[in-house]
Order: sequence, then C-alpha cells, then structure tokens
Amino acid sequence: MDALSKVLSALADPTRRDMVSRLARGDATVNELAAPYDMTLQAVSKHVRVLQVAGVVTRSRDAQRRPVHLQAHVFDLVTTCIERYRREAEERYGRLDDVLAAMPDPVESHPQKTTRAGATT
Amino acid sequence: MTTTTRQTEISLDPDVPLVRIIREFDASPEQVFRAHTDPELFSQWNGPRGMQKRIDHFDCRTGGSYRYELAREDMSASFYGCFHEVRPSEAIVQTFTFEGMPDGVAPERLVFTDLGGGRTRLTATSLVDSFADRDAFVASGMETGVREGYERLDEVLAR
Repeated sequence: MDALSKVLSALADPTRRDMVSRLARGDATVNELAAPYDMTLQAVSKHVRVLQVAGVVTRSRDAQRRPVHLQAHVFDLVTTCIERYRREAEERYGRLDDVLAAMPDPVESHPQKTTRAGATT
Repeated sequence: MTTTTRQTEISLDPDVPLVRIIREFDASPEQVFRAHTDPELFSQWNGPRGMQKRIDHFDCRTGGSYRYELAREDMSASFYGCFHEVRPSEAIVQTFTFEGMPDGVAPERLVFTDLGGGRTRLTATSLVDSFADRDAFVASGMETGVREGYERLDEVLAR
C-alpha cells in the first residue's frame, strides 16, 4: 500500500479520526487521549500505533510522557491530493460545459423510454 | 474531507469507501443527460486530457453495456461496465471495471437534479471495494501531479 493510502486508511476509523481532531488542538499523552473513550489503554495505544505507522502522528522518544504529536503537513498533502482530483474533475466538467453550450436548445429528450414502475434511486 | 473552493465539489465518505462529485451546469437535465448517453458527445468531454479515447461500444440504456479504451503514447487502459438502470433525464446507475481486474466492480450512480431556470445539478457517486481502492482511485486521476505528490509524501513519511 502506498503512503497516501496508508494515511487515508488510518483515518478511515472513526475513533482515530476523533483522536486526530483532538490532537489538532495540541499534543496529548496516550492516557489523556484515552480519557473520553470506553476502551482499554491497550486499545487506545493500538490506534495510536496505526496512526504512527501511517505517519499521521509522531511520539517523542526522550520525553517521559511521550506525548503524541500530529504531523499537520501530512494533511496538507492529503488535501493537495484531493484538490488535484477535484481539479481534474472540474477540468472534465469544464469540457462538458462546452459540449452543453454547443448543444441545440431545446433538445429533444432521449428517445428511449426505460422507466420502470417502482424503481428508486 | 471535502473540498469546495471551486465549482466541482468532491467528498470522501468517512464510513464507506465512496467518492461523491457534485457539479452544477447551465443546461437542462435533458441536455446533461444526453451528454452522458450519446457516445459521440460523451467522448468529447469524458476521460483525462491528453489521452485518446476509443469507444468499443456504448449502449447507454437499462441492460446495456459499454467498453472504451484510453491511450497515450506510453500506455493504454480499458474500462467496461453495465448500465443497470437508465432513466431519461433523471438517473444512470452503472458499474465500472478496469479491464484486467474483473473482480473489482465499482457501482456508480449519476443523478440529474433539475434546479429550474435551465440549470442542473449532477451528483455522481462511486462506491469501491475498500478504502485502499478508493484512495488509489482518487490518486489515479492525478497524472504527473500525483507522482510528485507521492514523492513529497514519501519524504514526509520517511522522516
């Protein structure tokens, strides 16, 4: 799995996303992170480890409390990637704008009639 | 994670591996629908820039199917799927598969909403098998940019 996927799948878990949003306000120890959750310290540590492996958070080696620190620039890159994807879609739809502008108006609706009774979207 | 700075809105669902794209057009639902069902019109705008699109077949009606190839000098890839439900000017429900990965099927849904005054909102959702697949899918459209993005990300993650 590539780096971006690692980050995004680490964030796919609601508990980890919650942890990350709390870490965005400042560093916290595993104990502090665990406080609001009804789960063992071990389970919380496991979540932190997943975030750590994905590069989303780091833990300082020397400090005794070993606070968990959010790597904010990882998010900038994730946002950049999504923004690129969005721009690509926008480019495609910009071309669709041109196609639509060149279309005679009014357009006859498509001849096919395939509506099925009771079908829902 | 949602980006809404410009016209096209992308959102990644946090709970299921789904990508949603929303875009509004200055055209009627009939027109936007036709630009999706007429193979000639469709090939004029769909697909990445700088790649040749060759439509093998494109039969956009309930029970129909499609297959097309995207190619540029150094690479080509084919995609195919079925049109499960096509309701004129309302909705297209289809599947999407990369040729060579036949077990990977992404259901896609296009909904055309009439906003009145000759405007239409298109909501396109794509549901893939896993978050990893979705992320690869989001990353796949980014061409050159993605490579440098990955390189930068790799650098950051290697620290």
